[in-house]
Amino acid sequence: MRSFTMSKTVIRNLLKGPATLMYPKKGRTFTAITRGRVEIDINTCIHCGLCARRCPTDAITVTKECKEWQIDRLKCCTCNLCVEICPVKCLSMKNQYSPVVSDKSEAIYATRPNETAPSPPVHDLKGEGA
Amino acid sequence: MARQTVIPFGPQHPVLPEPIHFDLVTEDERVIDAIPSISYVHRGLERLIEKRDFIDFVHVADRICGLCSFMHCMGYCQAVEQIMGIEVPERAQYLRVFWAELSRVHSHIFWLGVAADAFGFESLFMQSLRLREVVLNIFEETTGARVILGMCKVGGVRRDIDAESLKGILDRLKGLGNDLNELCGVFINDYSIKHRLVGVGQISKEDAYKLGCVGPMARASGLALDMRVLGYGAYKQLDVEPMVESAGDCYARCLVRIRETFHSIDLIRQAAGKIPDGPIDLKVKGAPEGEYFSRIEQPRGEVIHYVKGNGSRFLQRFRVRVPTFSNIPAMIKVLKGSEVADVPNIILTLDPCISCTER
Repeated sequence: MRSFTMSKTVIRNLLKGPATLMYPKKGRTFTAITRGRVEIDINTCIHCGLCARRCPTDAITVTKECKEWQIDRLKCCTCNLCVEICPVKCLSMKNQYSPVVSDKSEAIYATRPNETAPSPPVHDLKGEGA
Repeated sequence: MARQTVIPFGPQHPVLPEPIHFDLVTEDERVIDAIPSISYVHRGLERLIEKRDFIDFVHVADRICGLCSFMHCMGYCQAVEQIMGIEVPERAQYLRVFWAELSRVHSHIFWLGVAADAFGFESLFMQSLRLREVVLNIFEETTGARVILGMCKVGGVRRDIDAESLKGILDRLKGLGNDLNELCGVFINDYSIKHRLVGVGQISKEDAYKLGCVGPMARASGLALDMRVLGYGAYKQLDVEPMVESAGDCYARCLVRIRETFHSIDLIRQAAGKIPDGPIDLKVKGAPEGEYFSRIEQPRGEVIHYVKGNGSRFLQRFRVRVPTFSNIPAMIKVLKGSEVADVPNIILTLDPCISCTER
């Protein structure tokens, strides 16, 4: 039985400074493959609807008539299956998480080709990119 | 005779972030009876299998629990693969072992931290969580997620690890091992920790066997129960050794988990040395018809996944028996006769995961 077993760790901690980040000031770097959120390049999309059929949580809705692509980010489980199945590779997995919302309807993101898409949610958090 | 008082404990308690409630019947400072009640977070996952494609259900199995997410996924996939007679490529089996053992390392380090928090050693809790971050970063770099990995699929795994990053990971695990060695010295030798753990919550080998203990709880009482010895997945090519202690008290359970953490790091090293080249997944055709019991070893003990299919894309029955469930009778037995101040310690050394239990 010994006492003061933590002293070595404590002294090293005092010299090394904190192990945590000063978060909003210093952004966290994500890895290149971090599954954050699904994004679409709507102008190359062919509206085949394969992503919506593959989605295990039914988060994606594709309307062929009005060429609308819609995702509910709260339903999405970022499994990457839609990105893998997309035949024209217009879907991509970004490594920054989707932002916080205060209402469920705010998490639904819809877009149509050749129009100024509703500006995607603001990502002012630092750390985008690997 | 002293007057009996009932003290409610949980479902929200500072040292027990798990939704389990106890009515502790006490006489003075001694607990004479404990009545548990669970089912605060029942989610009906087992019924969901009738409405979800068996390939998609992997994502649900992944979300049964946070800490052993990968192992639930692995158990479910193994059961389906056995029914369908799929021979998983060897590289995929090694990668599964790799992530499963990393999960064990991070779960055990997390447990050490929470246990330190339970007996009031705040700085040790912080240090443990700092070390756990190493494993979470490895997860993020190899799978793209930190907790729910989503890497297992029926027929293999979804992502490969190249030789270079495997080497980098081994180097970092070596560093983690050194840091952990220092930290575990505190758990093993410190005067105040021993004072809180030695001789508390003792359970004999016979009782542990009769009450159906699994995992570290059984191993701390001298029962060499470890499902990895059965040789599922790639474990048959690895040198698995159950870590057994004989005292059966909280301190022994702590020791078992510390030794297992180091053993898991060793298993990862072994797996990295033996991993063969080849494909990582197999195309799955058809649907499962038949039933299978898959038994695998989670950080908390043996988990059973029962899967029954009738030849359609939707399975008929799915049942999970998690280690916490089989450890609850032993926990009640240990709680009787203990001091009120030791109750959080005893419950925590069992490493309860109530969300798993209720599914």
